[in-house]
Amino acid sequence: MAIHRQQTLSQPADGLMPSGTAYHEQVAARQRRGRTWAIVFQATMLSGIVALCALLLNILNQSFGYVAIVNTIDPTELAVDGVPLNELPKDNLVEILEANISAGLMRRYENDMPFTERSREDVHDLILERVVEPQVQATWGLFDSIFARGSVFAEAEEQFPGSDVYFRSWLTTSFISKSQSSEPLRAGVRTAIFGSLWVVAITILFSFPIGVGAAIYLEEYAQKERLLNRLIQTNINNLAGVPSIIYGMLGLAIFVRILELFTSGAFLGIGDQSTANGRTIISAGLTLGLLILPLIIINGQEAIRAVPNSLRQAGFGLGATHWQVIWHHVLPSAMPGVLTGTILAVSRAIGETAPLVIVGASTFIALDPSGPFSKFTVLPIQIYQWTSRPQDEFRNLAAAAILVLLILLLSLNASAVLLRNRFDRSRAIA
Amino acid sequence: MTRSAPTAQAAISAESMRGPVAGAESKGESVLGGGPPLDLSRKPRVTESLIQGFLYLCGAISILTTLGIVYVLGRESLLFFANEEVNLLKFFGGTEWQPAIGRFGIWPLVTATFMASLIAMAVALPMGLCIAIYLSEYAPQRTRSILKPILEVLAGIPTVVYGYFALTFMTPLLRGIFGRDIVEIYNTASAGIVIGILVIPLVSSMSEDALSAVPNTLRQASYGLGATRLETAVRIVLPAALSGVAAAFIVAISRAVGETMIVAIAAGAGPNFTFSPFRAAETMTGHIVRISGGDLSYDSIDYNSIFAIGLLLFLLTLSLNVLSQWIVRRFREEYE
Repeated sequence: MAIHRQQTLSQPADGLMPSGTAYHEQVAARQRRGRTWAIVFQATMLSGIVALCALLLNILNQSFGYVAIVNTIDPTELAVDGVPLNELPKDNLVEILEANISAGLMRRYENDMPFTERSREDVHDLILERVVEPQVQATWGLFDSIFARGSVFAEAEEQFPGSDVYFRSWLTTSFISKSQSSEPLRAGVRTAIFGSLWVVAITILFSFPIGVGAAIYLEEYAQKERLLNRLIQTNINNLAGVPSIIYGMLGLAIFVRILELFTSGAFLGIGDQSTANGRTIISAGLTLGLLILPLIIINGQEAIRAVPNSLRQAGFGLGATHWQVIWHHVLPSAMPGVLTGTILAVSRAIGETAPLVIVGASTFIALDPSGPFSKFTVLPIQIYQWTSRPQDEFRNLAAAAILVLLILLLSLNASAVLLRNRFDRSRAIA
Repeated sequence: MTRSAPTAQAAISAESMRGPVAGAESKGESVLGGGPPLDLSRKPRVTESLIQGFLYLCGAISILTTLGIVYVLGRESLLFFANEEVNLLKFFGGTEWQPAIGRFGIWPLVTATFMASLIAMAVALPMGLCIAIYLSEYAPQRTRSILKPILEVLAGIPTVVYGYFALTFMTPLLRGIFGRDIVEIYNTASAGIVIGILVIPLVSSMSEDALSAVPNTLRQASYGLGATRLETAVRIVLPAALSGVAAAFIVAISRAVGETMIVAIAAGAGPNFTFSPFRAAETMTGHIVRISGGDLSYDSIDYNSIFAIGLLLFLLTLSLNVLSQWIVRRFREEYE
């Protein structure tokens, strides 16, 4: 038998296998094809990375750069006795303010906070806002500002004579600490950041206990062969694939409309009764909670499944009840995995925009949210609104807000990775 | 019931000397260590049952969510179709969507959705598959451990950022290449390409999982027969992992159809029945976002109409997801 096979191998059937030069040519061609495709695969991988870099560089490009600004009154004209505006003492500044704005406005500022109590910086800001009134004429990207500095100045000189051209970072500490404004130079994201934090807090409070509970039920209690349990499992997998916008519509119909009495805070008698409706932080938080629930359950199940069975059997062997085994043994060793999954799900919730547009984020609020029943806006919504406006300076603001959002998400994801690594190491030791 | 093991009995009675069990013994209840017969039947534990009941409810919330989605979308859609201006024939037959003048033909929204998804898939499927093959078959361990997190970063960026990218980078790029007269400021091509970039990590990571799951013996057998690396990857590993790769493709399509913010920002506002990728057109998701972004009064025809569109979208993505799960179950090749 073996001899027979050797003979057939050494004498290939005619025409099926090439021989001589044809054989060598074919081998060379196959190797060439292999090399070409290897390069294609590498190039594709590279272009994926290039896309990521383009995205990040594009945002950086828009966040910094030259701006051309025209002032209604040049600050140098406001100098007193040769002392420039930003070095003047507070008394002079108040005088300047009084001389340049109407008496009514002055009284309103006095009523908001007496000038004797205001700080020098505060009065200085008021002068910039009301007297100098800077207006953005044009903005340039970071790369133009670095590599084509000359042409930027030439263009500004030609199109906006008399304008101030200076390098501006749109992402500043005052951008983070100031609330929303229709003036791009004074706009900030504080309201949006607080809104995001409130919404995410509600989301976590709602979805973490329920998600982990459902994961425990499915892994520890449910008999897998029962139809209802199989249905729950399939259903969770399908829910994870439902587009987020559908959750928004669910939230609009259920939380905003049907449960309006609760989500508007009217049942507690709090919130602004005249404008009370269900488009509040709690509606948004619950909607996002439903959205990330399947993710938390699926990740939680995986973490619980990874706990070795010997741990459970040891617990039962010592006479612990089912719940004692879960609470004291299974959950603690599954917790790092559960938390990692939850952090990833939460970072998804922070970036989610579409469902919140539908639930009804406010288009413009300048007041910080005061509780779960206030109106809200969140960072992604703010970015969406600034992006939708045609003026260039709002695109710059959107880019700066994107940087804030990405830094937030990056730190969350980094903590998830750290948690996972620590978990892996401690498990390796155990 | 008598206990015959003296050592165990001694140990237990020593235990009962100092524990609370000693007290129980004096009351004559069933205790370990002799005395009256032991009752080992299951005791009712109220707290345990309560906890189990609560956990069951947690699991059931997912069912409630699905029921809620079906109820909400179904109810509002019924109200929409009950309106005398609307009927199913016009809804699926009309090529004009103008709620203001009572035209409710879904096709402009559907064609825009399909066009954006088609462009996205033309970008994401080949690229995602190539990246998956590279990561699974070509890349050394070290390279893979650097590249995979980068792809995860790409997957973790919020979609509104991609929308910004489409509008401020991809659209000017397309306009620079094809000319400003041909490419409008808002167009489906730019949105579609960026959706493609968005779903590349999804395709590549799911496909790579499927490719890596193919046992190494198959590759070694292939190399042993003299196949090159490419031939092994494309003719042996890929067919063996085909069900997983196909499932990844379908999930990617479903994701692209349901993608909202990119099209809402970059594809244009206003339904437009066109097949040109460089013209502005509004997708189903984009339309829902634009309509509900304004002040929407309940029970108006606009309000009901977005739920009808939502129902169509839900059924479309659900059937794609179910199809992908079915493919995995039906065509999976088991080698172990």
